[in-house]
Amino acid sequence: MKIFVKFDFTRICNKVIEDTLHSLGIGYTIPSFGEIEIDDKASSESIKQLNERFAHYGIDIIENQKIILVQRLKDAIVDMVFNEESQVNVKSSVYLSEKLGHSYGYLSNLFSEVTYTSIENFIILQKIEYTKSLIAKTDLSLTEIAFKLNYSSVAHLSTQFKNTTGITPTAFQRIIAKRRELANNPTN
Amino acid sequence: MNKDVTYVVLADDDEDDRLFFTEAFDELKITTQVETYEDGVALMKALNCEDASIPNILFLDLNMPKKSGLECLKEIKKSKRFQDMAVAIYSTSASEEDIENTFVNGANIYIKKPSDFNTLKRILSDVVTINWQYHTSGLNRDNFLLRL
Repeated sequence: MKIFVKFDFTRICNKVIEDTLHSLGIGYTIPSFGEIEIDDKASSESIKQLNERFAHYGIDIIENQKIILVQRLKDAIVDMVFNEESQVNVKSSVYLSEKLGHSYGYLSNLFSEVTYTSIENFIILQKIEYTKSLIAKTDLSLTEIAFKLNYSSVAHLSTQFKNTTGITPTAFQRIIAKRRELANNPTN
Repeated sequence: MNKDVTYVVLADDDEDDRLFFTEAFDELKITTQVETYEDGVALMKALNCEDASIPNILFLDLNMPKKSGLECLKEIKKSKRFQDMAVAIYSTSASEEDIENTFVNGANIYIKKPSDFNTLKRILSDVVTINWQYHTSGLNRDNFLLRL
């Protein structure tokens, strides 16, 4: 006996995607064909499984590997900067390439391609962000902050702050203080 | 709005400045969509339109007819709708008082208009790149201050 079938491709594809995600317990929505919005809470392990199951059906996650790797790289950098216990004595290039299991050259090229900035600049940006939040939220002096962030001197931190933001740490502190004052007395 | 495109809006009464600005963005690596308005009233009318997309970065000239950049800035900062939008002041003035005053009133970026096109391109590229990091890495916008 021979039977004939016709296919609704969109429906088949979406059904495969839905069933796969469901079986892995990943929360998702499908905004449009070929696009899946995955719950942020999904672990990197389940994303890996998802990749494997999708591959079985001939579904490839486009670019995702790259973007995931860049995200892991960013997370590692943020952790390195903000978490004192993670502060390391090796050079950050060695640290990052060991932690992520790729050569630094590869990571560096990939990072620039996806984020439009270099790893070095991103590390500086994060350190300056940390400095800003310490200035805004704590009473630590700049000397203490420089020490906390492993800068060789206050002058070095000060210069890097000025080069990155265009303003001095003192001016930053003054502006944040005045903003608070304005927020408390909105009539001015 | 596509997440990969940076949506940029400029309000400036000088036609040449608007033209240079748009051309500079055309040559950047990051994909942008640029829209311009010629005074503060036209700008605020467009922004306040309910179904309008919120720009990623708004560039404001300080001296404009009808409504100045500072007035627009104050209005914008009062509204919750624009809390994720970076505001850049784009002005010929470089008085320290003006600069600090705009920062205190909530501006994120202060750009002194450069005199040549290549400098403008470099500056705008810096602004969009840093804003991109804030956008994609969840940095605290309250602490986003940049002077170029």
